[in-house]
Amino acid sequence: MSAPVTSEILGHFGPYGGRFVPEALISALDELTVAYESALADPEFQRELSELHRTYTGRPSIITEAKRFSEHAGGARILLKREDLNHTGSHKINNVLGQALLVKKMGKKRIIAETGAGQHGVASATAAALLGLECVVYMGEEDTKRQSLNVARMKLLGADVVPVTQGSKTLKDAINEAMRDWVTNVETTHYLLGTVAGPHPFPTMVRDFHRIIGVEAREQVQALIGRLPDAVLACVGGGSNAIGIFHPFLDDVDVRLIGLEAGGSGVLTGLHAATITGGTPGVLHGTRTYVLQDESGQTIESHSISAGLDYPGVGPEHAYLNDIGRAEYRAITDDEAMEAFSLLSKTEGIIPAIETAHALAGAMKVGRELGPDAVLLINLSGRGDKDVQTAANYFGIPL
Amino acid sequence: MTTPLEDLFVKTRSSQRAALIGYMPAGFPTQDGCIEIIKAMIAGGVDAIEIGFPYSDPVMDGPVIQVASEQSLRQGTTAREVMATVAAVSELAPTLIMTYWNPIERYGVENFARDLVANGGSGVITPDLTVEESDPWMQATVEHGANRVFVVALSTSDERLKKVSTNSSGFIYAASLMGVTGVRDSVTSGAKDLVARLRRVTDKPIAVGLGVSTPDQAREVAQYADGVIVGSAFIKLVQEAPTLDIAVARVRELAQALSAAIAEEVVRS
Repeated sequence: MSAPVTSEILGHFGPYGGRFVPEALISALDELTVAYESALADPEFQRELSELHRTYTGRPSIITEAKRFSEHAGGARILLKREDLNHTGSHKINNVLGQALLVKKMGKKRIIAETGAGQHGVASATAAALLGLECVVYMGEEDTKRQSLNVARMKLLGADVVPVTQGSKTLKDAINEAMRDWVTNVETTHYLLGTVAGPHPFPTMVRDFHRIIGVEAREQVQALIGRLPDAVLACVGGGSNAIGIFHPFLDDVDVRLIGLEAGGSGVLTGLHAATITGGTPGVLHGTRTYVLQDESGQTIESHSISAGLDYPGVGPEHAYLNDIGRAEYRAITDDEAMEAFSLLSKTEGIIPAIETAHALAGAMKVGRELGPDAVLLINLSGRGDKDVQTAANYFGIPL
Repeated sequence: MTTPLEDLFVKTRSSQRAALIGYMPAGFPTQDGCIEIIKAMIAGGVDAIEIGFPYSDPVMDGPVIQVASEQSLRQGTTAREVMATVAAVSELAPTLIMTYWNPIERYGVENFARDLVANGGSGVITPDLTVEESDPWMQATVEHGANRVFVVALSTSDERLKKVSTNSSGFIYAASLMGVTGVRDSVTSGAKDLVARLRRVTDKPIAVGLGVSTPDQAREVAQYADGVIVGSAFIKLVQEAPTLDIAVARVRELAQALSAAIAEEVVRS
């Protein structure tokens, strides 16, 4: 593992990260930290996880060059890291299998998870089925409607899906409810957090489980073109797929790292989920990071066509990478994302997740800025099957 | 200089009885209604008041406080209203604010401690502030003479109990169960064990909260803790009352019953 440029003392990334949680959770977080650190150093654990990735996830995921899509991105070479081809259809499985193996090590029998788009919920339900764990998934009621297909998938996999009716009825409230469950059942239950947010050790641990994306891609790109890419792009909600592909490139200072946030109707309209672009530092869900909040410190509801990016916080390491200038973050509107969604589908025969379409829209802009000599690596974090209904509504395709 | 809260515990300890502490979110059911309710609590015998700063993401609260907080926020409650509520009642009883950390950070850590004290408040209960993250808060509260009440849980190790107790002042909030706030049928035996473990590492006052709602439960807790904290039970009365006058009367009655139950017990610490 290369030396990270971020400081991780006590789970902090500069002024961000840390633990802002009730004391009731501290012992579980400490237990998890110890279990995770020992797993990191345990060749048997690493072997078990790699074997699962090889025989179950389908790793390594391939690189696809998007030659026709390139025309819409200023002619720049577009290399897609195909996390959409993983089992369950997104990058989420990388983290889920890692944490689920830890759960077995810790001797817990029940996992809970939050989900927005349903991808993390599906991945969690899948891992629970594979490893014989009880699984409860909290999902905002609004999202259960937007992503009804994934709700059915989770149920088919044997998970309980609990619609959350509080607050904005989206991902933020699903996390609140999962945390309440965890505080109550922490002795028997592991909270399988799906992104690089939350209290330490989640931002570090979840990142490390996703680093495999960047580690593979860095080698694959070098083998393919004989050099590193000019820029690496990924969508950012909580930021797990982005940190996974960014992190192994942190020391490659000539490689630009660009995170694409959900700009909703436009950051200036206030209806968006672009936390770094339009938020301010604060504390949400156990960590200090950028937050969409009002003058009183109340969380502002986020808006995005993409349920998976519809979150008013972001991983603390992204906040830090932004502040030190190592990564840059831009907002992509719903309309821009849907244009890229349609283009990739029609030029490459790949229907991306709407989350991922934000990264593709970013590639179209950055490609035009850098021109045809540039090579862009994009994390194609998920497939769009779950979004067919939303997309059909958007484009006016009768169902 | 001592705070009114510290003075209260000196007094109740010398008479070997537990203090009754009541919780109400600011701005609930309305800004003025909240102040009326708190006055009724004090009139009924509540010794100290916790004013909740409603927050959009109350992960440690059960449905009763969630609904009350949402109602308050919809009516536009901000730090200004919270501070005004402190000012309106702090002369009648020692007053604390209970809040998640983000609103303090947003207000400005130092300013929050300063304005709390300027409005007559004694201290702040911070349920999601870990001691590891509390350096700025320690400085601000020392500077302005405010109490820092940290919360400990059944799962807190002896080593951490010591650390948290050292940083706490006024009292230490012992959460009686693993879970969120709300009305419960019984107080777990875990609470008594937790207080006993705390007594071995600190001589600071200890108050027990979470799930304490009836006079019987209060009586039980008053046998071993310096303070009995009741929140959701008062809020539920307000939510269920058809008018504010009826809510005020019922709140006063519950306060009287709780206070009388506690007065029967001698704290054996």
